Amino acid sequence: MIEPPEAVMESAEKPAVATPEILPPPDLRKDRGLPPGTPVRMETRNLDFFYGRNQALHGISLAIPEKSVTALIGPSGCGKSTYLRCLNRMNDIIPETRVEGEVLLDEMDIYGPGTDVVDLRRRVGMVFQKSNPFPKSIFENVAYGLKINGLCRRSELPEKVEKALRGSALWDEVKDRLQTSALRLSGGQQQRLCIARALAVEPEVLLMDEPASALDPSATQKIEELIYELKRDYTIVIVTHNMQQAARVSERTAFFMLGRLVEHDRTDKIFTNPGEKITEDYITGRFG
Amino acid sequence: MRGASRRRVLSNLIVGLCGLAVVLALIPLTLIFIYVIKQGFSSLNWDFFTKMPKPVGEPGGGMANAMLGTLFLIGLASVVAIPVGMIAGVYLSEYRGSRFASLVRFTADVLNGVPSIVIGIFAYGLAVLPVHRFSALAGGLALAFMMIPIITRTTEELLNLVPSTLREGALALGATRARAAFGVMVPAALPGIMTGILVALARIAGETAPLLFTSFNNRFFTTRLDQPIASLTVQVYTYAISPYDDWHRQAWAGALVLVSFVFVFSVLARIVTRRLERMHRV
Repeated sequence: MIEPPEAVMESAEKPAVATPEILPPPDLRKDRGLPPGTPVRMETRNLDFFYGRNQALHGISLAIPEKSVTALIGPSGCGKSTYLRCLNRMNDIIPETRVEGEVLLDEMDIYGPGTDVVDLRRRVGMVFQKSNPFPKSIFENVAYGLKINGLCRRSELPEKVEKALRGSALWDEVKDRLQTSALRLSGGQQQRLCIARALAVEPEVLLMDEPASALDPSATQKIEELIYELKRDYTIVIVTHNMQQAARVSERTAFFMLGRLVEHDRTDKIFTNPGEKITEDYITGRFG
Repeated sequence: MRGASRRRVLSNLIVGLCGLAVVLALIPLTLIFIYVIKQGFSSLNWDFFTKMPKPVGEPGGGMANAMLGTLFLIGLASVVAIPVGMIAGVYLSEYRGSRFASLVRFTADVLNGVPSIVIGIFAYGLAVLPVHRFSALAGGLALAFMMIPIITRTTEELLNLVPSTLREGALALGATRARAAFGVMVPAALPGIMTGILVALARIAGETAPLLFTSFNNRFFTTRLDQPIASLTVQVYTYAISPYDDWHRQAWAGALVLVSFVFVFSVLARIVTRRLERMHRV
């Protein structure tokens, strides 16, 4: 397929709906893309998202490089969680929502016909804001994804569960009580269990929706160290309200505002020398 | 200061009224218990639990057939009502926003309010008239119709209490909607659903009207679905309106057994709920 030239794309773009004045004009929000040659795992092109008639995302184009952490920051309600949930089609379960544009996983449009949502969600795992272990044993929690997807033989389960729990740095704390209820774990342990659960099915991309926002500082630190470890093997997208966290764990940061992507760049650049005034204002705590 | 003391008096008055209401609510239950025990306990003996009814005019005998019959009917009703009710409840919870779900919910509430004698007539028309015979099956169906709306609504309400983040967690791991519902949501709500089922069982165990012209009565015990079957409630009713003193005594004993039965079910419901909850809560 031949890509239309840039100019045609530009003119085909719908007129922006009532852009609030605090946002820079569209031509300033230009894509400071990745350095050429960076391998890209996921990418969205002109992604629009609607809750009924309400447009929540406006033409988001963002590339997510492989085996690194991309942080999504922005004030509450800016659409960063909605964007994250577009990446594994979790928004499908909300009635009366609509997606336009493309979401590519390894160059394939996941909203295209022929996408198996179940398989997509295995490839793109997710960790939620509030830890949500199933009311089952620790072992059963981790084994759940493997079982329902029929990913391994029953005899291989213990080995895979151990691997996933080691991967989320939880193994040493729970190895003697795998059969106890997951709900007996502490909040931080529960969240790491949820990460182990997601890792067990060996996803390619891991989406994290404010994974540490409900945790105390030491549990948060553990999660952050874990993210640092995980990016060697996984492509991670993390939504966070915590600026320091974004600065600590991510390579690239995307700043969202009122459903638009204001800018995205290397994290150090965003935090030391952002391209937009509004980004600077947000990061320095002048609003939000 | 006067305002403060007035408020205190008013507060004490309201608390007092609450206490009074509680006592009033408990009085009927206590009186029933005392009266039934007083009247029935003397007629309870080993024969009552193990013997079949004696022919008219012969003293002695028991209600073994009726007790087994009640258990049989409850079992029959459960086999139909538990799966249907639970699955319908899952539907209502999963598609809670849909118009059809609202219709089903409303229908279940109406069905729950239908007088039990009307349910009996319905089951009579459905399962007795076509074959011209009272049967255990018809009685079981009548009881099942009473159980279904209770189980449906309990299941729905308890599923709604399960955080939807659990469903999302399952879906995010590649579960289909059905798997998420039956593999994660239902087990999470199971303690409550079990309580609902036991409450429904306790409720139908004491029903007479739906059985009067469906399972009818039987002097003997049978496990055949197409034959009339005895039940404690109908037996108590039959004996109570009879002219024989011995039967009256047995009716009281039957009533005592029935009340104990319901009582045990309710206690069981509490224990089971606690147990299941403890398994999964800290």
